[in-house]
Order: sequence, then structure tokens, then C-alpha cells
Amino acid sequence: MSYEQLIHETALADERLLVMTAENRALIRNLPGPLGPRFIDTGITEQTMIGAAAGLALRGRVPVVHALATFLTLRAFEFIRTDVGIPHLPVKISAFVPGFLSDGNGPTHQAIEDVSLMRGIPGMTVFAPADEQDMLAMLPAIWASPDPAYLRVNTRPATYQHAPFEMGKAEIVAEGKDVTILTYGMLFEQTLIAKDLLTEAGYSVGLLNLRSLKPLDEAAVLNVVRGGSLIVTVEDHFQTGGLYSILAELLLANELTAKVLPLALKERWYKPGLLSEVLEYEGFTGQHIARRIGERLGDGEHTFGAKTKVVENVFAE
Amino acid sequence: MTTIQTFTMTSEKQDELKALALRVRAHIVRLSTDGGCFTGASLSCADLLVYLYADFLNVHPGNLTDPERDYLFLSKGHDVPALYGTFAELGFMPKERLANHLKSNDSIYWHPNRSVPGVEFHSGSLGHLPSVALGVALDARMRGQNQKVIVITGDGELNEGTCWEALLVASAHKVNNLTIVVDRNHFQANIATEDLIPLEPLAPKFEAFGAEVRRIDGHDFAALEAAFTALPFSDTKPSVIICDTVRGRGLPSIERRADRWFCNFSADEVVELLKELHSQEATTLTSETLTVR
Repeated sequence: MSYEQLIHETALADERLLVMTAENRALIRNLPGPLGPRFIDTGITEQTMIGAAAGLALRGRVPVVHALATFLTLRAFEFIRTDVGIPHLPVKISAFVPGFLSDGNGPTHQAIEDVSLMRGIPGMTVFAPADEQDMLAMLPAIWASPDPAYLRVNTRPATYQHAPFEMGKAEIVAEGKDVTILTYGMLFEQTLIAKDLLTEAGYSVGLLNLRSLKPLDEAAVLNVVRGGSLIVTVEDHFQTGGLYSILAELLLANELTAKVLPLALKERWYKPGLLSEVLEYEGFTGQHIARRIGERLGDGEHTFGAKTKVVENVFAE
Repeated sequence: MTTIQTFTMTSEKQDELKALALRVRAHIVRLSTDGGCFTGASLSCADLLVYLYADFLNVHPGNLTDPERDYLFLSKGHDVPALYGTFAELGFMPKERLANHLKSNDSIYWHPNRSVPGVEFHSGSLGHLPSVALGVALDARMRGQNQKVIVITGDGELNEGTCWEALLVASAHKVNNLTIVVDRNHFQANIATEDLIPLEPLAPKFEAFGAEVRRIDGHDFAALEAAFTALPFSDTKPSVIICDTVRGRGLPSIERRADRWFCNFSADEVVELLKELHSQEATTLTSETLTVR
């Protein structure tokens, strides 16, 4: 099953579902024929696409819109906030190449404030699957929901057999006493490697794949906080407004504190290049993540294996 | 662009619509105090809204959830007094609700919102509703429904690129059930359009973006009828109707004034303006009780 097959099947079963794109057809290339007028390409017009999606939703449709994450969340932000957010219409945003997945494009294309922007819209839900399997598991629930939704599209092959998706629930991969990694999206793959490297070095390591940033699985995160381990937030996002901020908000609201190490992009865009180069340069390979956590734990002994081999992104415009 | 020349509306009907428009203008004037409202921009499109709701559109208080009703989207949302004045006169909302203007016990504020029956979409941020209306028009076409989908923009609003972007997309998709109506009152917020961002020649601009265009006097009910009843202008193109109007129409003391976009008059000034308003039409109108439907 691919994204395209899933959306095709869903559209055949539910006539409300429409596929829209601002000329970003990478994931939906074969659908114009089968869907006919229910496939709408507006050209390179993110704002008009979102406005038209709102109009279609007003008429009872569930438009799934496709474009690059950065142009949707930045250029069309006001249209999402005003035309989708205010009336709380069920427009489903499939945001392509978010975060590090925009590897070689450069800062113009880096959606690394998208979580911050989207979660700031009242009623908007925000999802970031770990890989394709995780994404396909959550999409039926996202598309069936009456809420507007923002999805960080991630078609990377799974390196982990995921648990079934449940709305608002994180996937608890492991529980740990020394350190717990909280992450979302494509960096799950690297944090899984980091967890194994740290475990091999003798640490008790927890790992949460958050899946949904809004709604947040507050119970699961608070459970980690109460466990007292070092908490590491790992995200391909600006440090401001993403998971680190979400955690800080949760801690304050519950009058709690914790030892937290944020691994994020602090006041900077990332160095563009092949995905392996980006992760190596920015310190987000499994090995780098393990080392950075080890440093924080005062570990001067372990090297955490050899350089992590990163599967490159399949380029799709 | 074609100039409409055949006017067929009877003078009785024109008088009825004028009487209704006068009552709507009186609502606008009465809303221009205690915080004020966008008086000038409301007066320019009062005749247009009166014609559309009272005579042309298949939308009334009894069919607001009918998916086959006509849709009107007011993209230049700051002329809400003209819209709500029309709604109050035609029974979409009780007239008393206008007294709640800017009060926290209701949602009658400077821009439209869907708590008022008849408002299809909230607006105020300019350049949004051409695309929202495009979505509705696309869906109506997909369902084989024939209703009109009309979006009214300001002329200053045409500074926003998204108006043109939506038209480009509507043209590409041959959406001929979408009509963009421009309230061409020749002013943007603080200055004449041609002194800031010139729009003329406007009709050829729309034509170049793929629309079929008519340009009329937006205060002439017969001209409005001639244009709107000719919709759609094309089987393959969106339609555009440019309505030449006068900012502040009906009150000579504020007409065509750059500083009369937003007005907050004193109670005494409102009394004087209502006198001025009624003195303009007094010779042609006989009864406040005329009904149009």
C-alpha cells in the first residue's frame, strides 16, 4: 500500500474526499484519470488552493491538499488560519518535504517552523509520522475526523514495526530510567538507532514516537516526566515553537520541571545537501544523537559506534 | 467587453428597489455612530446588494441551507452595514439586531460573520473570497447544479494578488458559474485608486486573465438587471461585472471623499445626515411600506 493507493481507495469509498494540489503531484501522479473532476490542480497557487479547499469543504467535501510544507505553512498561512481555521473546516493538509526531508533545497524550502505555526491555529490538528507505514496507519483516522489537519508527509521506508495508531496517543517504543527520547517525524529512524547505541553502552533508554503533536498525548509525556530521567526532545524544527516548547508548556501547566536536552535547530536554518550530509553536519544521525545525549549524561567513555549510514531521500519534485 | 444597452426594468420596479435602497442607506447612516462603521464603502454598494438580494438571487431566509441556492460572497467585508441593512429589510435578521452593533452580546461588528443568517463566509481580510467562491463554484459544477456563485470585491481589494490568482485558476478550469463583481467606487481606504495603484484600464485586465467582462453603472437598477440576467456571459469563462459606483452615494456631503471611508458621527450629525439622505430621493418615493418580493 502506498499513499497514492490509500487516497485512491478512500476517495472511491467516500465521495466527499477530493484530491487537490498546487502542482505538487509527486505522491498523486496517477490520480487525475481515476478521480476525474475530484482531482483539482490549481497550479502554483497555494493560497488559492487553500481558499478553494475551504469553499469545497463548506459544501461538504473533505479536500486533501498537497504542496510543499514550507509554501503551504508560510505563503498560505493566513488562508489556512482564516479560511480553514476560523470556520473549523475539515481541510486535510498533506505537506510535502517538511523539515530535513527538504534536504538539498536550501533555506527557502525548509519548513522548520511548520509545527509551531500550525499548532498555533485554534482547532488545527498536527501529525508527524515516523515513516510511510506510520503515516498510512494514521491517515484513515485523520481523513475521517471533522477537524482540519496538518500532516508532515513522510514516505521513508519503516525500520520499525509500529503499533496500531490511536488518535491522540503516542507510540511508546521503550521506557527508560536514564534517558527518554521524545521525537516525531523522520528523525524517529535516527533516534531508534541512538536508543540502541545508548542501550549497548549500558544506559536505560526510553523512546516515544509522538505521532501527533496536537492533540498531544499528555499522559504519556507526563508519565515520562514523573519517571525522572533526562528528557531529550529531538526534532527537525526550530527550537522555538516545536516539541521543546510543547514540553515546556506542558511542564508549566502542571507545575513540574525536568532535566531537558533539546536537539533542534536553534536560531538557524540547516546546511543544505544530501540527507546523509545534512544529518551528519547538523548532528542528527543516530550516532550523533547518541553522542550528544552521552555528553549530557557525562559519558566520556563511549564512541557510540561507527558513522551512521543514512538512507538517502528519494528525490520527488 | 460589451456595454449593456437594453434596459427593460419597469419604472415601478425601479422605484421599489430605490425605496428599499433608501431604507438600507438609512441603516448605514444609523450605524455610523457609537464607534462608527465603513460608511462610504457601504453606501457605494447598497444598490448592488439591494438588487441582488431583493430581485436577482435565489436566496432568501427560507432556503439558506438549500445546497442549490445562489451564493453571494462579500469579499470586501467592510461594507457590512449595507449587507446587514439589506438582510434586516428582507427578513434575514430582525432589524432590532442592528442595535447590537459592536456590542459583546451579539456578533454584529465591522466585518461579516456566519452568526448572521445569509452570510456565507466571514470576510474582511481582502483577497480571500474569490478563491473560496471558486471552491463553491467547482463543487456546484461537480454536482451538476446550476446556481450562481457571486463574489463582490472592492476595487482597492484588487491590489491583492490573490484576486487575480483565483481568476487565473477559475479561467484555467473554465468555471463559468463564478461571477466576480467589482464595486468600483474609485477609492481605496484613504486615497483614490488611480492616485495610488491605478487599476485602469480595468476591463481589459480582467479580459486578459480570461474573464468575460461587462461594465455598468452600479447605481442603475435597470443596468444591474440587464447585466446580471445575462449571466453567464460565456460557456467557458468566468464572468466579471465592473459596477462603477460612487463612494458615499446618497449623501452628497460625503460623496467621493477620501476621508469618508470610515465614519463615526455624533448623534446630531446622524440626524442631519438622515435628513440629507431622504431629501435626495423624496421626489421619487411615495411610501416606506413598499415591498419588493
